[in-house]
Amino acid sequence: MLDNAPPRHARNWVWFHRFGSPEHCYRLSERWGPRAGVCAGALFMVGLYLGLVAAPPDYQMGNSYRIIFIHVPTAWMSLFAYVSMAISAAIGLIWKIKMGHCIARSCAPLGAAFTLCALITGSLWGKPTWGTYWIWDARLTSELILLFLYFGFMALDNAIENRRTAAQASAILAVVGLINIPIIHYSVEWWNTLHQGSTVLKLEGPTIDTRMLIPLLVMFFAINLYFISGLCSRIQCELLDSERSTSWVRRIAGG
Amino acid sequence: MVEFLQMGGHGFYIWTSYSIVLVVLLYTWLSPHYRRKRQLQSLLRQIRRQ
Repeated sequence: MLDNAPPRHARNWVWFHRFGSPEHCYRLSERWGPRAGVCAGALFMVGLYLGLVAAPPDYQMGNSYRIIFIHVPTAWMSLFAYVSMAISAAIGLIWKIKMGHCIARSCAPLGAAFTLCALITGSLWGKPTWGTYWIWDARLTSELILLFLYFGFMALDNAIENRRTAAQASAILAVVGLINIPIIHYSVEWWNTLHQGSTVLKLEGPTIDTRMLIPLLVMFFAINLYFISGLCSRIQCELLDSERSTSWVRRIAGG
Repeated sequence: MVEFLQMGGHGFYIWTSYSIVLVVLLYTWLSPHYRRKRQLQSLLRQIRRQ
């Protein structure tokens, strides 16, 4: 038996300390980031083939509906990334865990990229379907506000010189901005809008053909793995910056 | 093949949106890898100076 094993009552807390340990997080990201990236790439290929070639055209929209396979997953991830960012920022703020802010900072550019993709693909889908690239309705406007929330978080975090003050201020912004998430999600029910309601997440089951649902789910898993992979490599960068004077970072850099 | 690229007249919208997403996601994925490479190089220089 190891002499330095923690006593029984303390063992339950070991995972907690390891989660909060920057070195452990760096090693974890280093190991799982590339693996998630490879899986995401493979799933993207499968999803693109199924979505662009194998799936049949829609009886109303023709082929333009194929934008759904990138529009819906990126739009969903833009919300998921924001919630992840706000929760980790809040954990960092409340329990003073360093990793909280590090993860929040890593989520922000990914979430902004997803939001941008969702807005652009939606706009390009709107033109052949609704006859316009943009309209100031509830769903589109609230999604645009989400993009500005991501930009605001990053700008505020980088503008304040003191790292601790920057982390606190941006965490509060992220948590307050959470109010926008249910507004985006329910906007198609609360207001009259051009944007259609949900077809996949329904109590009665999805109202979409299986040959269209499968590529959508494949793309959804692909982009989730992409998010994990991107998050891992961004966490590594953030830690190399904030922990650069520690001995473990020097060990990594020294070979 | 031409038929596939035209997508029944919707080719422009489909291919533009797919390529923009590809470029945005690739850039977002690659940029931290290059950043980490630069960070490790500058850390190594710093260690060698000491």
